[in-house]
Amino acid sequence: MNAQISKEIPVKTTIKTTGADAVIQCLLKEGVDTIFGYPGGAIMPIYDALYGYQNQLEHILTRHEQGATHAAQGYARVNDKPAVVFATSGPGATNLVTGLADAMIDSTPMVCVTGQVGSHFLGSDAFQETDIVSISTPVTKWNYQITKAEEIAEVFAKAFYIAHSGRPGPVLIDITKDAQFAQIDFSYEKCKRIRSYKPVPTTDPQSIQDAADLINHAKKPMIVFGQGVILGKAEVELKELIEKAGIPAAWTILGLSALPTEHPLNVGMVGMHGNYAPNIQTNQCDVLIAIGMRFDDRVTGDLKTYAKQAKVIHFEIDPAEIDKNVKADVAVLGNSKDTLAEILPLIEENHHKKWHDEFVELDKKEYEAVIKNDLFPTKEGLTMGEVLKEINNVTGGDHIIVSDVGQHQMIACRYAKFTKTQSNITSGGLGTMGFALPAAIGAKKGVPEREVIAIIGDGGYQMTIQELGTIFQTKLAVKIVVLNNDFLGMVRQWQQLFFDKRYASTEMVNPDFVAIAKGYFIEAERVSERGNLAKAVKKMIDHDGPYFLEVKVEKEGNVFPMIESGACVSKVRLK
Amino acid sequence: MNQEIFTVSISTENNVGLLNRVTSIFLKRHINIESITASESEIKDIHRYTVVVKTTEEAIQKVVKQLEKQVEVVKAYYHRSQDIFTQEIAMYKISVDNLYETDCQSIIKSNGGTIAAVEKEFFVVEKTGSYEETKKLYDDLYPFGLMQFVRSGRIAITKPKMLISELIR
Ligand SMILES: Cc1ncc(C[n+]2csc(CCOP(=O)(O)OP(=O)(O)O)c2C)c(N)n1
Repeated sequence: MNAQISKEIPVKTTIKTTGADAVIQCLLKEGVDTIFGYPGGAIMPIYDALYGYQNQLEHILTRHEQGATHAAQGYARVNDKPAVVFATSGPGATNLVTGLADAMIDSTPMVCVTGQVGSHFLGSDAFQETDIVSISTPVTKWNYQITKAEEIAEVFAKAFYIAHSGRPGPVLIDITKDAQFAQIDFSYEKCKRIRSYKPVPTTDPQSIQDAADLINHAKKPMIVFGQGVILGKAEVELKELIEKAGIPAAWTILGLSALPTEHPLNVGMVGMHGNYAPNIQTNQCDVLIAIGMRFDDRVTGDLKTYAKQAKVIHFEIDPAEIDKNVKADVAVLGNSKDTLAEILPLIEENHHKKWHDEFVELDKKEYEAVIKNDLFPTKEGLTMGEVLKEINNVTGGDHIIVSDVGQHQMIACRYAKFTKTQSNITSGGLGTMGFALPAAIGAKKGVPEREVIAIIGDGGYQMTIQELGTIFQTKLAVKIVVLNNDFLGMVRQWQQLFFDKRYASTEMVNPDFVAIAKGYFIEAERVSERGNLAKAVKKMIDHDGPYFLEVKVEKEGNVFPMIESGACVSKVRLK
Repeated sequence: MNQEIFTVSISTENNVGLLNRVTSIFLKRHINIESITASESEIKDIHRYTVVVKTTEEAIQKVVKQLEKQVEVVKAYYHRSQDIFTQEIAMYKISVDNLYETDCQSIIKSNGGTIAAVEKEFFVVEKTGSYEETKKLYDDLYPFGLMQFVRSGRIAITKPKMLISELIR
């Protein structure tokens, strides 16, 4: 009883402890229960402190620091718990750079802690000294080097606040070894405000009114939503807006899963390998409503011909995104959940049936030219699409799909069915091959009760294949599907279409992936016949622990539709 | 779009590493920094960077937004020359042989330069003014053999009000 009371009344207490122990205490105060990391000399005091908290903090030892960052990203994207990475100085720290860049461009909150050489060594090219603060500056939302243990509490509090507030992003804290050893008086207070930082901009009520007027008068409105809906937890508000105003809604690759696939107004993906209808209709709509997306070039193609006929409304939390690529006629700044909730009462009911029917007609074209052959092929070779279809059949769309980068990623995003939000984890902005396997580990750790399926190409798989060791050690029941075409498929597709089929360095001579998985004591199977696919997928999903499935797919399959790099969205090709 | 000279004033917290973060934003868009100065400002613990760049208005608008997005940047503004008072300071090291040359003396005087120091072998002329003014004195003194020349970055006071103290309240 007493213990319960003291839990509810936070008392600011000061204790005497070491810097390293203070670091762990900060994590506990922030509600951290999992750390992804890799030890080494400069961070050993912190690992030593961690040893005393094994019942409160689980450390997942990845097989490479890059793996730790992607695992943390996967973890952060499936739930709202803070994701933390530990690495040592020098090579440990530089191995974080890809994951930081990925998290930065995909707005993923993550707190990375690196050990650093002792402060008296700084600048002397000491063993494993690297200036990670300079190196990571362009790929972090904020970073800081702690040289005095007294700074630890305040810096950690700031770091968690910055990573998670406003438009989220990765932060990095570098701590010198002497600061980890030093004795300090420690007390912790969460950060609630930084005077130079405004995480959420003020919403101008006029912009809400202007946006509502445009939407209410639109004849052919179209929504394109991005990850801002998921990060802002605005899925319900988005759905209400779509249904009330009868607006067809398309998504970017990072917006995927915010709206169930089967929703009648979900009109699919925009962009380079997106669906035919929303790409064509981007240049037909009269009002384009962008919600929590940033008009990436893979979405817009040629900016000079992008939605020029339309009035553009941009709902966005980051003022720097307004007019960056596409000029907004109305910019609605703020958190998507709040701004959408504010606009809803001003929106008139509508259905735009004729306009929506146009999407349905265009969908039929895509079905005949592309989807039918992807999902129900009559040719001999297995397609990537039919693997996704079988997965949907077994899970019903209640799964988390973690995709890597390449053809299989586009196929996964095109064909995976989703019934729940925060279920599509992929490297959208950076396109980091090697992302999926470690990210799937993090996702499974984050929501162990959900089915986590990694879809990976034979190329990207081998960029972080060592994380099979992490899966084996943690026994996390990640399901791994490698769609093996013995090529760097996406690059090969470009070579076929734009470089006269000159397949420069894209053919892969691959090892026995099943044997490798088995070497890590992970159950594994290979499928190369259509007749065995459904059964193999079912067996994988029914399996209790981690499982590896290699599917030998046709070697030279292509992903369509496709907008050529830098082309106009309405020039989307069906073959 | 036309390239123009812009003066960017950036009010920031006074933290190690922030200069690096600020310059990396210019670097990311491949904008060359013509000059940069950092100093205290009228507000305690708030520093001001003054950065001069040549670029398009569209680019500088985007850069300013990216600057403001940084956690420890309070506010950034860009200005054209009509919106600011600016100064640069230049110093010129000249052989002492020229010290009593009347030509040299009158050039220094007519350009509004002052003699800041006289040593056994050289003397130092100092001139505060616009880039064009310090450049003119440079051209005029050049025939006398400049032993050293150095010009500071631009500093600027803006005509419109800057709302820094309101923002950090
Ligand atoms: C780290 C990294 N290196 C290179 C690339 C460029 N790239 C994009 S897709 C791709 C091919 C991916 O091949 P694979 O993993 O086999 O998948 P597939 O396209 O065949 O499905 C490459 C090399 C990248 N995105 N990331």
